[in-house]
Amino acid sequence: MKKIIRGTAATLSRRTFIVGSAAAGGGLALGFNAPFAAGPALAQGNAATEVNIWVAIKPDDACVIRVVRSEMGQGTHTGLAQLVAEELECDWSKVTLEQIGPGASLARKRVWGDMSTGGSRGIRTSQDYLRRGGAAARMMLLQAAADEWKVPVAELTVTDGVIKHAASNRSTSYGKVAAAAAKLEPPDPKTIKLKDPKSWKVAGKPMKRLDTADKLDGSKVYAIDVKLPGMLCAAIKDCPVFGGKVKSYDEAKIAGRPGVRKVVKVGDTAVVVVADTWWRAKSALDALPIVWDEGAGASASDATIAAHLKEGLTSAETNGDRKNGDALKAIADAPKKVEAVYSTPFLSHACMEPMNATVRLSADKAEVWAPSQNIEATLAALSEVSGVPIGKCEAHRIDLGGGFGRRGGTQDYTRQATEIAKQFPDVPIKLIWSREEDQAHDFFRPISQCKMSAGLDADGNLTGLHVRVSGQSINALLNPGGIVGGKDQRQLQGFWEAAGDAQLGYTVPNLLIEYAMRNTHVPVGPWRGVNTNQNGVYMECFIEEVARAAGKDSLEFRRALMSKHPKHLAVLNAAAEKGDWGKPLPPGVHRGIAQFMGYGSYSAAVAEVSVSPQGKLKVHRMVLALDCGHAVNPGQIAAQVEGSVAYGLSATLYGECKVKDGRMVDLNFDTYEIMRLAEMPKVETVVVPSYDFWGGVGEPTICVVAPAVLNAIYAATGKPVRSLPLKNIKLV
Amino acid sequence: MAKLNINGKVHDVEVEPDTPLLWVIREQIGLTGTKYGCGVAQCGACSVHIDGTVQRSCSIRVGDVRATDKIVTIEGLSPNASHPVQKAWATVDVPQCGYCQSGQIMAAAALLAKTPKPTDKDIDEAMTNICRCGTYQRIRTAVHTAANETSRT
Repeated sequence: MKKIIRGTAATLSRRTFIVGSAAAGGGLALGFNAPFAAGPALAQGNAATEVNIWVAIKPDDACVIRVVRSEMGQGTHTGLAQLVAEELECDWSKVTLEQIGPGASLARKRVWGDMSTGGSRGIRTSQDYLRRGGAAARMMLLQAAADEWKVPVAELTVTDGVIKHAASNRSTSYGKVAAAAAKLEPPDPKTIKLKDPKSWKVAGKPMKRLDTADKLDGSKVYAIDVKLPGMLCAAIKDCPVFGGKVKSYDEAKIAGRPGVRKVVKVGDTAVVVVADTWWRAKSALDALPIVWDEGAGASASDATIAAHLKEGLTSAETNGDRKNGDALKAIADAPKKVEAVYSTPFLSHACMEPMNATVRLSADKAEVWAPSQNIEATLAALSEVSGVPIGKCEAHRIDLGGGFGRRGGTQDYTRQATEIAKQFPDVPIKLIWSREEDQAHDFFRPISQCKMSAGLDADGNLTGLHVRVSGQSINALLNPGGIVGGKDQRQLQGFWEAAGDAQLGYTVPNLLIEYAMRNTHVPVGPWRGVNTNQNGVYMECFIEEVARAAGKDSLEFRRALMSKHPKHLAVLNAAAEKGDWGKPLPPGVHRGIAQFMGYGSYSAAVAEVSVSPQGKLKVHRMVLALDCGHAVNPGQIAAQVEGSVAYGLSATLYGECKVKDGRMVDLNFDTYEIMRLAEMPKVETVVVPSYDFWGGVGEPTICVVAPAVLNAIYAATGKPVRSLPLKNIKLV
Repeated sequence: MAKLNINGKVHDVEVEPDTPLLWVIREQIGLTGTKYGCGVAQCGACSVHIDGTVQRSCSIRVGDVRATDKIVTIEGLSPNASHPVQKAWATVDVPQCGYCQSGQIMAAAALLAKTPKPTDKDIDEAMTNICRCGTYQRIRTAVHTAANETSRT
């Protein structure tokens, strides 16, 4: 009979479990509760005792904290562990991480819940059950000590995993009582009282990452580094024109090349060479003549796509709008009107680790090693393509060499590797995309244009604002269910009226915001920050133009529109203050400011730039303010903010995937240029915690980077910039 | 057939002479700390030292490497990650995803070997490897940290 601590035993039933093959959102969906039921210890070999699913303790007091979100550099593993450790009251220096595979989770009725990692959700959607998991483990460990000493548990204290009973001067440690604790019934999650975040000692502190050591000496194994006995390597070329097919290829031309085992067609669209090493496979593939049936997409180019989008700027039909008052009339009647058209290009993710996957199929087992932001979708893709039942599949956890939204539910590379492996029973196949393939076959950041119109009254107050976005929809390709009644709100991210996630921070008396869906043959997908990036540029650069037309200070003009949005305003003010808004600058240096919201968090930025007489831009300094509610690791939040500046600024300066003859033109870093260290401005991060919500961190700040810089350029040159990237713009 | 001196050990490898050194290091030698990022000497993820100079191994034909060339990869930079650059990288908490960091560390180590107290401008010019996570600010700090550490000892 298990002892029940405080209340009733956690109910383990009422789970639903659906395996789907969805190409998009990820293969698995479920209803999920009771996140920390104990079960058979997973890691039998290391002698850790599983107290509950999040916490296992070794006899030497080492605390193994389980993590199920993907680590792609964003530091989520360290933050997740901090949340557990905070409530567990263990010794942080003894914490190690253990990643749980989706197959292992499935085998236990998916007790670890959702593993997908995107949308800056890692911490905010895990925090509640992780903190309760840590607290439940602490309660069980204390109860085990109390039982052993036969004293009331309330008389015990615990610090750093050492349990003390002051009255009898006894002490023990988590490692000593873990085995007894694991036999206790877990407390009812609902009865657990969590700590006030203001009293946190481990969470909320800038702890160093737990996963740095093996990144310093080359020993960390990414999926691209996986080595398996008898493994063969594969190089792939998919039809460069999206929607095209393989017509023919001349295998005889590469006959006798060293190491080559087989030429394989994957689906209708791709050709693969399999060899003993990847370099041999890749060089044979380069030598293989392939004839493509390029299809209808081959006639598309930047010009045809731009014309298609331009038509959407004035079309009668739209795919979603937000409306209050009569913006068109207000603008028509206004004594002063401002109008501008903006555009942003397709962008690739360019993860440093190219797409790859290693798959081994045998009669009764399928395994994959792949960089994945949605490892359950990886598992589902493996099962679906291989035909091996999902219960006999495992997708091994392996950290990603960058993700940025590229490696979510689609799992195209996992599907390809599985298709290839089907032709090689029992032989592990490692598929690696060349950088050129990676640049040619991304799910690109959607291209869009935006027409903005505003009316100002005689005093320079904004009376009407009309926003018309025309561009490609991510949902149309990856999540058609997200388009409801022909309306696709996702494309208006950051312009929403509803509070909480991506709310527009301005109140305008007459407002009309519209989206016209104009899809192309180029596949699109989420790209760090997704639509907040483009919409942030459109709104914040246009507000700048309007403020200038009104003859008002950029900051004051914004503030006047933000009285009903105190959180947006507080972050804007924090950026302005730390960014020295209004204070003197060195000669030739100019400031720009921007604010926007996404992923449940509020962001603002001040940029300092100079533009030389020759038109050369230098971004000197950027101050970013972020309110993500609770700040679990301020050091890692700063790292994410710095990273978002690099990713966002690189896109602002250089990012552009041009289309010609239906295919991507910029296939490597020689033309798809990436910002280097020399161009990195000094970044200062202001975390403005408000302790009353849980917002994201990885994505929110990127959307203010480009507009702050563009607005500073406007200040420097007197000319607005309305299209990106800057490398195409003559600044003076 | 090529004879390569990597991390102080001589290897005889059976490989076509036009194979990039990067892929020989990764596939024939089996040292995977040196990364593939672009294959065209743009990103620097494949950086190694050859006779003390940082080189992009993706764009060096193995047939052009002499048996006497002393190649050092990230695995051979130091025992137990004890090189001042590696220690500074840990102190400053530089890596995010970590994929480019082998190359970044090799570039920084080569810079400090030549220029023990680099200025920001020296760092701008020497540290040209791509990092998509955007660790550039911390890389700059860590290079200075390593330089200060080295000058103290």
